[in-house]
Amino acid sequence: MALLEAHEIFRRYGSTQALAGASLVLERGEIVALMGANGAGKSTLVKILSGVERADQGTVRLNGREIAPKSPAEAARCGIVTVHQSTDVVGIPGLSVADSLLLNRYVTGKMPYFLSRSAVLRAARRVTAHAGFDLPLDRDFAELGAAERQLVAIARALSDKADVLILDEPTASLSGTECRRLYEILLSLKARGLAILLISHRTADLAAVADRVEVLRGGRNAGAFRRPLDLDAAVETMIGRSLARARPTQRADLGPPVLSLTGARLLPDRPAFDLTVHAGEVVAITGVLGAGKSRLLSALFGIGRLAGGKATLDGAPYRPTGPADAIARGVALAAEDRHRSSLMPRDWPGSSIAATISLPHLRRWYPFDLMMSGRERQEADRAIARLGIKAAGADASVWSLSGGNQQKTVLARWEVVPGRFLLLDEPFQGVDVGARHDIIATIRSHRDRATLIATSDPEEAHEVADRVFVMDQHSLHSIAPRPALAPAPAPAFLLERSAP
Amino acid sequence: MTTVTEQTKPPAAAASGLRLLQETARRGAVFILLAALLVLFSIAQPAFLTIGNLMSILQAVAVVAIIGAGVTVTLAIGGFDLSVGAVAASSVMAASYAMIVLDLGAGATVALVLAFGALVGAFNAFLIVRLKIPDLLATLAVMFLLTGLQLIPTAGRSISAGLVLPDGSKATGKVDAAFLLIGRSSLGGLVPLPVLLMLLAALLLHVLTEHTRTGRLLFAIGGNEVAARLAGANTARLKALAYVLSGTLASLGGIIVAARVGRGDVSSGASLLMDSVAASLIGFAVLGLRRPNVLGTAVGAVFVGVLLNGLTMLNAPYYTQDFVKGAVLVGALALTYGVSRSANA
Repeated sequence: MALLEAHEIFRRYGSTQALAGASLVLERGEIVALMGANGAGKSTLVKILSGVERADQGTVRLNGREIAPKSPAEAARCGIVTVHQSTDVVGIPGLSVADSLLLNRYVTGKMPYFLSRSAVLRAARRVTAHAGFDLPLDRDFAELGAAERQLVAIARALSDKADVLILDEPTASLSGTECRRLYEILLSLKARGLAILLISHRTADLAAVADRVEVLRGGRNAGAFRRPLDLDAAVETMIGRSLARARPTQRADLGPPVLSLTGARLLPDRPAFDLTVHAGEVVAITGVLGAGKSRLLSALFGIGRLAGGKATLDGAPYRPTGPADAIARGVALAAEDRHRSSLMPRDWPGSSIAATISLPHLRRWYPFDLMMSGRERQEADRAIARLGIKAAGADASVWSLSGGNQQKTVLARWEVVPGRFLLLDEPFQGVDVGARHDIIATIRSHRDRATLIATSDPEEAHEVADRVFVMDQHSLHSIAPRPALAPAPAPAFLLERSAP
Repeated sequence: MTTVTEQTKPPAAAASGLRLLQETARRGAVFILLAALLVLFSIAQPAFLTIGNLMSILQAVAVVAIIGAGVTVTLAIGGFDLSVGAVAASSVMAASYAMIVLDLGAGATVALVLAFGALVGAFNAFLIVRLKIPDLLATLAVMFLLTGLQLIPTAGRSISAGLVLPDGSKATGKVDAAFLLIGRSSLGGLVPLPVLLMLLAALLLHVLTEHTRTGRLLFAIGGNEVAARLAGANTARLKALAYVLSGTLASLGGIIVAARVGRGDVSSGASLLMDSVAASLIGFAVLGLRRPNVLGTAVGAVFVGVLLNGLTMLNAPYYTQDFVKGAVLVGALALTYGVSRSANA
């Protein structure tokens, strides 16, 4: 009998069918990797298993007994614990690591009411001993790096007598050595009989630890792979096409350079790099979380500055003083996390599709301040038709749209005016596969505009871009070979930290 | 407060019809209640539903509605202006001081006091935008500052003709008769000037906030400041505009109070802050918008005015007024947040 068995799970959000009959089996003492493109349903499945969301249909069995946890705490009581990608909320800055490890026990009252320092340290040491690795118990949680915070989260999760450990993108912000330490810890936990579900984009993670790979596409199981893992096949199953076909056709006729960086530095003590993006060209930068991709894009949009080097736009010096200045020069940014960076809250003025698109263009479209003419609605109607945004109309709320159509709306904001240089930060976050094709087609349709994309997903980078760079520790330090006419470029994941 | 709704329990098949009815009831709840109040009061007390009494209600709420409109603009940018009551009160003092001590005419006094309000708004904006002090704390501090400041020139005394100045001399000026007209005259003997000013302010600010790109950007800052900045909006300037508007409208409210009472009373404007903030918050529920809106604020002020006037006519004691206002506010907030939440879940 399997330890954990999720059978034919369905879940719908509004018009989006996030899960359409996905199943998953986990045995004791195995590490299963869950793969899938953005929007394939990975995170929804994890949310259902960990009690954050409930399934519309389908059953989850643990040890043969049906469970339906209503909260993460209830899931933890059943024995399913989850370590999320953002580990900065695991502890509290100002409290020690020991306190952070015991936080859940303070809540449940498993600790004595009056605490002494030595009692806290003793209890914390028992937690780390149980997890099987050491942590600096006296340090302030705020001083910990991403890797150590991750371990705090894992240790605390294990202190709850877990049977199933779910890790969401655990290596997203870790360095190579930190990853290897995590792999060792995972393998030792597996040897103790824990079942581990790993959600990861990194093919290196999968090659190192996964016993099985389960691939989701469109909310369904699209394939399963056992050791020895055929990662090429897994990636092809994930994106639904052959890797070679997924590559865009290289443009032979590049326009003049639009943006040139010479001797650019993101931080004063990091190596300098050069970058040129031509008209009609799409360049992608990939790299782990915190590598500096967003910092580069922000600097090019006038938020923050480069620490050194020269930038030119269409041959003229380019040092934007702020977003308004950058926009005036024809530079646009669709920033990471559209909810935080681009959209107005639900029911708030400006949350319609038309208003979302018009926000940066109000001054030009309404020079006399009064918004009487229907300019923004006309522009929005055109954009809806051109980008294939599925919506009730230009006045519909962006919150009635699926993730993919929201992202199209954010992109449409910069499609309605002729721009010189478009910056896109993680443009495929929470976007389903269909919308993703449309977005790529739109991005690649411009002959006179240069586009720079930041994405942490190397497969995505190769899917959309003519050239791919890798950013590591705030430097653009390696460049993918540019295969002029060669039919088979290097597989995407080899650019990423390759298998150890 | 009981909600007067005409809902019955229909079979499940009519669920969408019920949903629509609920939605209509929620959006129109304040208007339905207002109509119910008018009917109830005019049945209980025939003198209630006369033009004269209705105008006196509007006159009573005019100042609160004007100041509330300013508060609404600061709420739209996601801020808060706690200094409006103090601005209005010190404007009363400033207007009286300008005429009685400085011997200025009505026109100069009005200009001076409006400029004073705008200046306080600019100071608020400086504290909030430049020094990055949280809005509540900055405007709270300015509220204290002004409450104290207005007492200093007259050594804590109220200002009326013949005031003895701190240096022992007697003030020579008097309140300009033209100035008093602002608070005491009416159009065609029917519509008081303060009511006209209220309508004008509400209309102008409604157009500004709902039908101009400036208004769209003000709301954009309140909704998602990061998004507004990334779209190239000059958020600092727009925030400053909101606080300057709020300060100016508060000083206009002060001018009307000064023109009505005809002297600079130290204690005038004590309840203006709470009343105008309450009107803005009640405004969230008007039309079921769940957000600051100028028309809602005006309706909210009128709603409270009708309720207080009617209860007074029915001989409710004056000391129950704050309790009634509080009850209305609680009801409106429940309507805005509680009811809509459960309907949307």
